[in-house]
This record gives sequence, structure tokens and C-alpha cells, in this order.
Amino acid sequence: MALLEARRIRKQFGGLAALSDLDLNIEKGMIASLIGPNGAGKTTFFNMVSGIYKPTSGQILLEGKEIGGLRPNRVTALGLGRTFQNIRLFSNMTALENVLVGMNCRLKSSWYGALLRTRSVMQEEAKARERAQELLAYVGLGDDKGETFAKNLPYGLQRRLEIARALATHPKLMLLDEPTAGMNPQETVGAMALIKRVRDELDITILLIEHDMKVVMGISDCITVLDYGAKIAEGTPGQVRANPKVIEAYLGKGVAAQIRRTKQKVAAETGSQEDGTI
Amino acid sequence: MTQIWHSLTAPWRAIPDRQRQILTWAFLILLFLTFPLVDKVFNWGVVNDVTDVLVLVILALGLNIVVGYAGLLDLGYAAFFAIGAYTTGILTWPPHHLELNFWIVIWAAVIVAAFFGIIIGTPTLRLRGDYLAIVTLAFGEIVPVVIRNLGSVTIGVGSWQLLSDFNLTNGVQGLNPVGRPGLWGFTFSFDPTPWYYLILIIAALVILANVRLQNSRLGRAWMALREDETAADCMGVDPIRTKLLAFAIGASFSGFAGAFYAAKLQAIFPELFKFNLSVMILCMVILGGMGNIKGVVIGGMLLQLFDRVVLTQTTILARSVGEALHISALATIDLSLWRWFFFGLTMVVIMVLRPEGLFPSAVRRAELHAAEEEAPRAAEKG
Amino acid sequence: MTQTELFIQLLINAVTIGSYLALIALGYTMVYGIIELINFAHGDVYMFGFLISLTFLGFLDANTTLGGWQLWVITFGVMFVTMLCTGTMNVLIDRIGYKPLRRAPRLAVLITAVGMSFILENLGMIWKGPSQINYPNIFPAIDILNDVLGMKTAVLFTTKDVFLMGVTVPLMVVLTLFIRSTRMGKAMRATAQDREAAALMGINVEKVIRNTFFIGGALAGAAGMMVGIYLNTGRYLMGFEAGLLAFTSAVLGGIGNIGGAVLGSYVIGFLNAGSDQYLSSEWTRALVFTILILVLVFKPSGLLGERTPERD
Repeated sequence: MALLEARRIRKQFGGLAALSDLDLNIEKGMIASLIGPNGAGKTTFFNMVSGIYKPTSGQILLEGKEIGGLRPNRVTALGLGRTFQNIRLFSNMTALENVLVGMNCRLKSSWYGALLRTRSVMQEEAKARERAQELLAYVGLGDDKGETFAKNLPYGLQRRLEIARALATHPKLMLLDEPTAGMNPQETVGAMALIKRVRDELDITILLIEHDMKVVMGISDCITVLDYGAKIAEGTPGQVRANPKVIEAYLGKGVAAQIRRTKQKVAAETGSQEDGTI
Repeated sequence: MTQIWHSLTAPWRAIPDRQRQILTWAFLILLFLTFPLVDKVFNWGVVNDVTDVLVLVILALGLNIVVGYAGLLDLGYAAFFAIGAYTTGILTWPPHHLELNFWIVIWAAVIVAAFFGIIIGTPTLRLRGDYLAIVTLAFGEIVPVVIRNLGSVTIGVGSWQLLSDFNLTNGVQGLNPVGRPGLWGFTFSFDPTPWYYLILIIAALVILANVRLQNSRLGRAWMALREDETAADCMGVDPIRTKLLAFAIGASFSGFAGAFYAAKLQAIFPELFKFNLSVMILCMVILGGMGNIKGVVIGGMLLQLFDRVVLTQTTILARSVGEALHISALATIDLSLWRWFFFGLTMVVIMVLRPEGLFPSAVRRAELHAAEEEAPRAAEKG
Repeated sequence: MTQTELFIQLLINAVTIGSYLALIALGYTMVYGIIELINFAHGDVYMFGFLISLTFLGFLDANTTLGGWQLWVITFGVMFVTMLCTGTMNVLIDRIGYKPLRRAPRLAVLITAVGMSFILENLGMIWKGPSQINYPNIFPAIDILNDVLGMKTAVLFTTKDVFLMGVTVPLMVVLTLFIRSTRMGKAMRATAQDREAAALMGINVEKVIRNTFFIGGALAGAAGMMVGIYLNTGRYLMGFEAGLLAFTSAVLGGIGNIGGAVLGSYVIGFLNAGSDQYLSSEWTRALVFTILILVLVFKPSGLLGERTPERD
């Protein structure tokens, strides 16, 4: 059973079909990527999985359980964590508090327990803070960064904080929406390493949306390509890179044809056995 | 300006932090505990007024949870105060033959108020800020009307009647007398001092409750909700439950306040709980700084001080000046008529110039000045 | 009065109430359409229309029923000046309280709006006192049905009713034409749809906002004067009460939708008149508020609107 299964997902916004008949399977332990030109429907898909949108039709299953149409906080409780394309941290709370909010659905303290300061609540709070510090350190926000307001953190660290916050929800599957957007090459490499560690060390399956092809090709086990709301290709990085439809989608038919002709010419000149496919 | 203040307070700030805190607290506690004595010595006679102010501060702290923590603008908070007061009144009004013990009734008032908090909060769950405000305003208006008309309740179908002309709230005339608390044979009566100490205890408990909630799982959930509801939702915070808890817990404080106030005043009637009162309480929260316990307490007391003392004293001053200078407009001025003008002005000025309130927590100051810094910061990020 | 007569009277009352409510509701709906703010102080601008026109009539010593050319010149002259004043007042309210908070959290602006409302109400009270205020009966109230048409009925339909409808309806028509055909009208509609895009298209958004406030304020001022002429009485709190009714009308019709504001006003006018007649004016208020709550909770886009006041 795949960890995440999307069956014939359609999403209609009035007259616009943002997603049409999308089938997608993410196996446990994968790092999968969802790529495609702008407007292809990637973030729409994320929003449906996390519960912000309801699918017009189709099913989404997490570990075999139907989650399509559930409220976001229910989906998160079932094991889904996510980050956002435009960072959506709780700006006026500290980094530590942001992570603690992520733990919300995993903590058991009740409000009346907090009022009475029962021993169990106090203990849980202390443990939670410890764990939050650990998570912050894990993503590279150790030392005193925990006390900084989220809005005062530099951009790169804000992205990492979002990941820490998502980790705090104790997810089985994490959706990362353009985790390296706006990062310089050095930060990007760091982010890639972090994502790999999260999968390798914490046993969390990852699905990411990315535009940076180095990242996508570098860490993905499986890539799904969307264009105009439909899946046009799927496979390993090597397979996807060579797929003519993918090139067309990104670069347009004209350029794709040019590339094909150039490759044929090169093949002809070097006398190799290239069959003209890209 | 800040430099002068800094140099003046330097010796104070030289004392280590922890000891400073203890000293401040000790001073405040001493001040509040001995106040009735001081009042007697100086013959001020304001213990009753201070008691009333503390009731309002408790109300402000309750509203602070809804507006300050959860970010839900409630314009009808006086309705919960009314519900707390009327629950107390109904359960202790002699004609109802219940006349329950005040110490039980106060908890009934809290529970009923919290219950109505949920009822009024539920329709607002999907509404955006301004519409939520209007709906709470509407409820705030409906409650006194309903109370006014429950002087004669008839429930029945055809000739079978469950209740016939049952006087629940005594309509416009209100409930009088309302039961008073008793403690080991001593009954609270007209002497303001016992009431003062009782409200002091209640206020202390309410403040303590606020502090504990603020730093709890729920408190963080409230703040996350206020910051970004969708993101909070995706982080596992249930918006429905969290908002309803804000309304319920916020309303429960007014249960305490309402019960106390009804018992002390001995008589309650619908006219006490109008929209003006809701706005005044809101003004206290804003002046002090939304979401900021210390601020709301101090700001709330300042506002009341302004209203009750400054306006009347300034009137007296202005009048004597007017008489001395023969300016009739000044000699007959009555500044207490201007109170709502000043409350409104406070709200406008604070929101435009210092939205974090007079005594802000660092958080709020950051949040509300964000919009101004947005433009240059965006350029920074590139 | 027979049942039929009662009903006809109800209709007349409904239309008159609906008419002046519509003028106020238009202000609410236009401002909300442009900057998504409920201008809490709008009802109080209407109240100032009442007070300002009262003052001007006082300057002109017009305190009895007028006739002939005097009637029309003074009535419309004072109305014109009043509208200018209240329009400007509304613009000032925006300038002082709302403009500095254009990009602030919505909570902040709403609080300012409430504050503004209280400031205005208190000023009104200081100016003309807390009790009912008499408004000169300058417009003749000739019983059309009985005296002019010679019928014998208990239904009261006077020249005042005609005047009220005769002024409000054209004003609404002019406004609709303005919004639909003029450049500024188009600019207003564009800004209401998408403020940023409008700015990118070169529309001076602040100017549009200013004009919107001016027009809304002017209409409210006209309504204030007309209620004065019609009822010959008013009070400093009349803005709060009428404001809530007008706002409910705007929401009922679909906030942001001009036709909706008018439609909603007549519906509320009908309910108001009906409730006053068959229930009691006390329950009218509760009834209107209940409608407001029900509409916002169950059909927030109102009868004609597309804009939904839900969480983003």
C-alpha cells in the first residue's frame, strides 16, 4: 500500500480545471518531487492533500485512509506535515513557540490542566520545550535562535524553521512547497542535505514541489511532472530528463524540436547510434 | 525623551532583575491590601469606586482573551456580563423562591456565561473579522432586549401550558433585591471594604488564570490562530475548538464579574448592559495593549481613572477658570458629557499612533508596526 | 382602518423607510466594496446631515411651512450644501482614521471606525443635546388621498411621502448612472474588484477612495435632511439605529453590490414597517438583528452579491 494515493483527482475552480484526473502514488520512504511549469496545479494538489481545498472529485488516501475533504487539522493529526510556498510562519511568535504550535496535535495538555498547573501538564510542557529545542537544533537553529521572533530571522533560517515546525507535527509524510525558493547555491545544498537527513534519519516520506532542477534531479527517487493540471510524465530523474513531453512543457514545442534536430545532427556527425530521441 | 527617562530610572534598573521583580510585586501587593486603610486615613471614600473599577478590569481581561489572544473582535461583550449578572439575580431573587447561596450561584453564573459564549461564538466561526464584530454586536443588542421581554414568559401549545406569565427577569424594572454573599455568619452589606477584598481575590485569580493560559498549549494555539488561521489549521490547531474555547473562557470571566456586580449592587436591570459598556471595555483592552495582561490591567485602570477622576476634576478646574475670566461657556462646561468622545478618541489615536497600546508586550509592538516596515524589508530581501 | 387600508399604509411606510435607508445603505456598500471596511461612523454622518441641515434652516429662519419658489429653493439649496458638508465629513473621517491604517490588520481599522462613531455621536449630543430635537416642518403635508383626490380613507399618503420618494429615487438613479457610465464610476468598480490591479492600470486609488467616501457621505447627509423634513424629529443616536438597519440592508442585498443595497433596504423597510405595525417597535430591532445574523451565517453573499465575507 502506498503511503499517499491520489486517485483520479479533479479540482475545478468555477470554469477552470486546475487538476484533471490525476493519479499519484507515493511509496513509503521515498523522496518524490512534483514539478511542472507555473500554474500546472502543483500547489493546488498540495492544498487538497493537506485539506485546504476539497477535491471536486476523486479520492486521496493516506495510509489507506480517505482524507479528501477532511479539515486540515484532522489531516495533520493523521500524519501529514507541510511547509508553504510563501513562508507562513507565525511571525510574531518566537521560533521556539512556532515549533511548539506544530506539536499542538501531539500534546495532550488540556486548558484546565494548564489552569491548575497539574504535574502532568508541567511535565509535558517541559518535555515539549526540550523536544522543540532538539528540532530547532536539528534543522540548524540551535543556540539561542529559539527566542528570536520568527519575522526577525533571516530568510534561509525562516525556511528551516518552517521545516522544524512541520517536523513537530510528527508526520509520516511531509509536503515541502518550494523549500529552496530564494536560496543561494550554498543554502540550497544545505537544504538538500537536510531533506535527505529527514528521510534517512527520521523515516519520513517526502513529497516536494520544486523549480530548481539541480535539487529535483539531485535528491528525488521519483519525479512526477504536471502540466495544465494533468500528469504528463513520471519516473526516475533520468527517465524524466529525457522525456520529450517534459521538455516541450517547460521549453515549448519549438525549442524541443530544435533540441531534437540538434541531437540528430550530432548523432549523424559522430556516427553514433542515437535514434533521434531526446 | 527616552534618554531622559532612562537616566532617571537608572538607579532602579541597577538592581538585579529578580530582586526588582520581587520588590515591585511586594509593593503592589502591599498597596492593594492596605488601600482601604489608606482610604480611611485620608478620607477619600473611593473604595467603592475602586471596587467597581476592578470589576471592569476583570471584564477587560475576559475580553482580552477573545480580542487580544485569539484576535476575534467581540463588540458585544457586555452581553456576557448581563448573562452573569442575571443568572445570579434569577437564582437569588426572592420571588423565585430559590435564593441559593451566593458562593454556588457565582459558579452557576460562570458556567451559564461560558455556555452562552459558545452559543454566540458558533455562528461567527466562518466569518471574517469585521462581520464577526457585527454579529457579536448584534447579539450584544439582542440580549438586553430579550431580558427586557422575559418579564412575562408563556410557553404552551393551545390550552396546555408549561409556563404561564412566568416572570423570569422582571422586564424593564429589573431584579431587586439580589442575594448577597455570606461568610461564617457575616453577610456582605453596604460596607464597601469586604466587597473590595472579595473582588481583589477574584481579580488576582483571574490574572493568574490568564497568565497560565497565555503560556499554555491553548494560549499558543490562540496566538497562532490570530497570526495565520490557515497555517495554524495545517499545524494541527483546530480552529473551531480553539475559537469556541476563546469565547467560552473569555465569557466565563464575565460570569464572575457579573455575579459579583449583581450582588454588590443589589439590583440589576437591562439598561446597565448596553453597547456603550462593550465599547468601554474594548477601549480598556486597546489602551492597555491587546493580548497583554499587565497592559490591560494598568490601561484599564488608567481609563477608569481618567473617566471618573480626571474628567470631573478638570471640569471643576475649567469652571473656576471660566468664572474667574467670565467666560460663560467655560464656567458651565461639563466635561463628563464628553466621556464617549474621549473613549472614541482614545481608540482612534491608539490605533493610528500606537496600536500596541500604552504598555505593550514586545510581541504586539512587533506585529502592528510590521505593515510600516514591510516595504523597506521586502527590498532588503531582494 | 380596514385590513386592506392597514396593508396599504404598511406598503407606504415600507417604501418611505426603504428609500432613506437605501441612501444610507449605499454608502456602506460602496465603501465596503472599495476598501473592505464597515464604516461604522457612516450612520453618524447621516445624523450630522440632520443636524447640519437643521442649522442651515435656522440660519435662514425657515421654521414654518414654506410655499412656492421659496420651498424649492430653500429645500434643495440647503440639501445641496448639507450634502457637500457631510460628503466632506466622510472624507475627513477616512483621512484621519482609516487612511493611516490602509495596510494595518483589519482589526485595527474596525476599532478606529467604532471610535469614530463614538466621537461623532458625542459631538452630536454636545451640539444639540441628548433629547429629541425638533426639525422645522418646512414641507407641506397635504393629504393627497383625502384632500386632493376626494377619497375617504384612513390611509395617510401625503405630499411628504411623494417628496421623500421623489428625491431618493432620482438620487439612486443618478448614482447608478454615474457608476456605470462615467470614468470615475468605472474606476470605482475596478478598484472594488481588485485594488492592486486598478493601481497597476494607472488608477489613482486614493482618489477613488476619497470620491467613494464623499459620495457615500453626501447621500447619507441627504437622507438625514429628508428624515428631518419627513418626521420633524431626530436624536443624536438616530445614526446608530438607522445605521444598523441600513447596514443590515446592505448585507442582505449583498455587500458591495449597489442594486443589492437598494433591494435590501426596501426589504428591511418592509420588515421594519410590518414589525412596528403588527408586533412592537421593541421587537423590530431584535428582529432586524436576527436577520443580520442569519444572513451573515447562512448566506453571507446576500441576495445579489458575489463577494463573500468569509475567512480568507
